[in-house]
Amino acid sequence: MTGRRAPAVRPPRALWVPAVLALALIVLPVLGLLGRIDPVRLPGLLTGPAALDALGLSVRTSLLATLLSLLLGGPLAVVLARARWRGLRVVRAVVLLPLVLPPVVGGLALLYLLGRTGPVGGVLDLVGLRLPYTTAAVVLAQTFVAMPFLVVGLEGALRSADDRYEQVAATLGAGPWRTFRRVTVPLLLPALGSGVVLTFARALGEFGATITFAGSLQGVTRTLPLAVYTTAQSDVDAAVAMSLLLIALALLVIGLAGTKAVEGRG
Amino acid sequence: MSGLHAEVEFHRPGFELRAELAVAPGEVLAVLGPNGAGKSTLLAVLSGLVRPDRGRIALGERVWSDPQRAVDVPTHRRGVGLLAQHPLLFPNLSVLENVAFGPRAAGTRKRAAHDLARSWLSDVDAAELAERRPAALSGGQAQRVALARALAAAPDLLLLDEPLAALDVTAAPAIRSLLHRVLDAHRRPTVLVTHDVLDAVVLADRVAVLVDGRIIEHGPTREVLARPKAAFTARIAGLNLLTGPARDGGLEFDGLPLQGRGAEPVQPGEPAAAVCSPSAVAVHRQRPEASPRNAVPVVLTALEPRGDVVRLRAETRTESQVAVAADVTPAAVAELRLSPGEDVYFVVKAAEVAIHPLSGGSSGA
Repeated sequence: MTGRRAPAVRPPRALWVPAVLALALIVLPVLGLLGRIDPVRLPGLLTGPAALDALGLSVRTSLLATLLSLLLGGPLAVVLARARWRGLRVVRAVVLLPLVLPPVVGGLALLYLLGRTGPVGGVLDLVGLRLPYTTAAVVLAQTFVAMPFLVVGLEGALRSADDRYEQVAATLGAGPWRTFRRVTVPLLLPALGSGVVLTFARALGEFGATITFAGSLQGVTRTLPLAVYTTAQSDVDAAVAMSLLLIALALLVIGLAGTKAVEGRG
Repeated sequence: MSGLHAEVEFHRPGFELRAELAVAPGEVLAVLGPNGAGKSTLLAVLSGLVRPDRGRIALGERVWSDPQRAVDVPTHRRGVGLLAQHPLLFPNLSVLENVAFGPRAAGTRKRAAHDLARSWLSDVDAAELAERRPAALSGGQAQRVALARALAAAPDLLLLDEPLAALDVTAAPAIRSLLHRVLDAHRRPTVLVTHDVLDAVVLADRVAVLVDGRIIEHGPTREVLARPKAAFTARIAGLNLLTGPARDGGLEFDGLPLQGRGAEPVQPGEPAAAVCSPSAVAVHRQRPEASPRNAVPVVLTALEPRGDVVRLRAETRTESQVAVAADVTPAAVAELRLSPGEDVYFVVKAAEVAIHPLSGGSSGA
């Protein structure tokens, strides 16, 4: 289509040097990692119990975290975009907190809220529920860190799509719930796609909050990033093999969703 | 059948709307006004999208809004249909599903709602578009579908917000003619907001002129436009407007045949309006003999210099004594030695006269 056409205004040549450097910074480390692969041991390392456990756990928890983000973060985005009370700006800023907070701090915060001595964790402990160092803790940590991607993306899409369609639906006799289901959600689907992909990718890569709040127990809380980190200290080849799994997963996500969705253009 | 009674007060910094409206069942009220006069706010208040500060809005016995008594019926329970400047068809639904949206929201089963939608689509001459997506429609087609969608919801009050403003000049007459037909058959009150005096002529029984948040003039369309009192009305009513039953190729004004081109189709005998711009009018002392032009006997009432032309104001020397205007050069005024009180002829080529159908006054207003 337009791919072959020269842009009307060419970027200045001075930009080419830093642009190439930036690309190199992204591509070369990945190539370097691939060069470090030991082809003899690779098949065994990829199918070993440590790698397969971590892969299965990562995919399961990331999918659950994405679902949780959708069920809770989706409604939050709609409320933030359409409600009209005064404190809303503060709430919006709070939602951004996990995006700027170092994940380790988030993990600590979760631990002190939901740990056995925490205000909520103590209550849960009374009914026999212990969250820290369980798979559920992994999902919570991933949701904490990844959900803002979904909320911010959806809210932006909602706010830029004006509410005239919703007004028309109201004049046609549709109540708020019907309008939400039949008008708002379909209009949001493209933005929803990119938001879900970003959320899943962020959950998949989660490290800091997970290791602080959920620990690193093989098969229970040791997701792929944790496994890479732990293994790298004893067996570099195994760590590289697991990294390869993460790279493959990332490429799969981009391929499934299409680059458009990742770029947020829907 | 219940009419609309609305008293609306709405205040914002630097803006105040204070208006009172009454629209009978079957009647079309046009609210005319310049940009920023408060027309859109008025419609938003009537539809419930914006809350008024004071006043009362009622349709028959049902009170929709009464801020003093904390009554505020939400939009979706009011039964207001809205046709806006842009069709705003739901892009994810087919044309048929768009039109069926209102009946579905009212609880009609899918099949019955689709049957109803098909019948409304054929009423607006868009039956063949049923399976299309909104993105595949032209502006005029989309506006037809939007009208069908609004009517299919069986609204108790129909609101038209500049329904022709976004259409190109080739599509607007067909939609105006469609609205004329549909509104004639519509038995509920309708409020039309427009800045185009032609819309009011063709569609409205009465007009209210809204300027700076106040209604400064109101009455039957023909009377207000034929004898504008406020300066704004005079400016927008700048067109000459002569009405009478349609005849082949024109109409009959006070027994005088006028020829013109049909802007929208009109059946002979139907009420029609002949519209022309003052700049198209020439002034003659004597009736031009054996000429294809229209000649209307008038008596001059005033001469107003307007830049490089002189606007002659006059009244027809016919039974209904309609106010008309002509823009002529100062040289012509001097040559003909024109002054107020004189009897002259206003002469217009048939090609400069547009014949429009006139709102039939379905309520007898």
